[in-house]
Amino acid sequence: MSEPFTTQKKTSPILLAILLVTFLLSIFSIFLGFNAYLGGDAESASTYMILGATTLALSGYVLFQTRKSIFRLALKTQPITATMLCEKCGLKNVRDFQRGDYIFKEVEPCPKCNEKMVIASIYRVVKEKGNE
Amino acid sequence: MYIILREVEGSLMRLKFLRDEGRKEAITTVKEIGKSSSDPTQRVDQFLEYFAIAPVDLDPSGIMRRLEHLLDVRDLRFKDDVRLMAPQADETQTNNMENMLEAALALNIIYKIMRHFYILGKKTFSLYIIMQLQMVLPLIMREAKAYASALKAFTQGQPIGDGAGALVAATLMRKYEKTQIAKDVVMAKVPIEGRTTYVIKAKGPGGNVGKPGEAMKRIIEENDGKIALAIVIDAGLKLEGEKPGEVAEGVGVAIGGPGVEKYKVEEGALKHKVPVNAIIIKEDIGDAVSPMRKEIIDAIDNAIQRIKRLILERSKEGDNVIIAGIGNTIGIGQ
Repeated sequence: MSEPFTTQKKTSPILLAILLVTFLLSIFSIFLGFNAYLGGDAESASTYMILGATTLALSGYVLFQTRKSIFRLALKTQPITATMLCEKCGLKNVRDFQRGDYIFKEVEPCPKCNEKMVIASIYRVVKEKGNE
Repeated sequence: MYIILREVEGSLMRLKFLRDEGRKEAITTVKEIGKSSSDPTQRVDQFLEYFAIAPVDLDPSGIMRRLEHLLDVRDLRFKDDVRLMAPQADETQTNNMENMLEAALALNIIYKIMRHFYILGKKTFSLYIIMQLQMVLPLIMREAKAYASALKAFTQGQPIGDGAGALVAATLMRKYEKTQIAKDVVMAKVPIEGRTTYVIKAKGPGGNVGKPGEAMKRIIEENDGKIALAIVIDAGLKLEGEKPGEVAEGVGVAIGGPGVEKYKVEEGALKHKVPVNAIIIKEDIGDAVSPMRKEIIDAIDNAIQRIKRLILERSKEGDNVIIAGIGNTIGIGQ
């Protein structure tokens, strides 16, 4: 049986906002470190630089690791085929199922011999994922 | 425990989704087809809470008759409810809607039972309750998905896998005169290989299983037990690894459900010593209630060949033979 759900991986917007703030703070810290380095304060520069780089790396890691799988659920409609057969000349027509169709229902006349066609089968085709 | 709880929670969320979608779909279809002057939502909600109490089995004597009566009352009540919800619906649509509502009811019950045990496990901090829940989850989810597919099929009136037996019978009886032999069951006398065969199936194309057991019993009695062979064709559950649409033969009454119809055939067959053969078309539980797969359609000719072979091998010319196509005949005419 095919899955009735469709699922999608999506990151939580709250988490994204937190990570964005962390990312901006880490950039700001690196910027401060760079300024301190230009100002000749090597000790503060290295502290800011290490802090900024560590925070940047951590926020990137968290973003990568904590991607939550949020299920976007929807019931899938499966394509159903109806085969129509002319019992006189053997002409076969295939179309999508329509509400009200049923097997052995007489439908439109045959385009070849004008005899009424019947719905010979209604089915769905399943593509197997792996070995049965 | 936390990981298991999260897993159960996720599945419960999906079950809730399926239940809600089922309810929504049912309400939409009832409104669309029934064209009722009042809003059917409340009635649909009442229907989804419907229950049936099994007969007492402490004294098993006559339990089949009591069970049959209960099932008849249930069926009648369901049909009446559907007619009240959708007064403009014809017989086929009423049957389809009844089936659809039953699928929605099943989804509701599955969700509520799972939720009950989940909350109970959390309340009592019982790892064992939660673990049991987690263990059965894959099977429960499979069943719920099957019901969700069934619901869609019932809404549209599409033939489902369970109707394989009915389709075999419909193919055999198509060009012959049909009469109603029991409640929601049609019969046609079809000459096959010089034998008189009584082909029966549920009355389609609405969602119906009818009373095939009653029909078979009646045919046996009407012929004073002079039935050389009875062949019952039904969809059978396949084992994992088997291909859908495989045809297998055996003996016995291949009729599912609560057992009332099976019991009637067994009783009638025993009384008149009628040999009952079974032919099954294999499929899994999901396929049985989902729109019919192409493999099942392709297996119909194979099943008919088997029937003809069985008739030739197990009966003589001029004999009477019963061929019963069992299953839900939704989307299958005759």
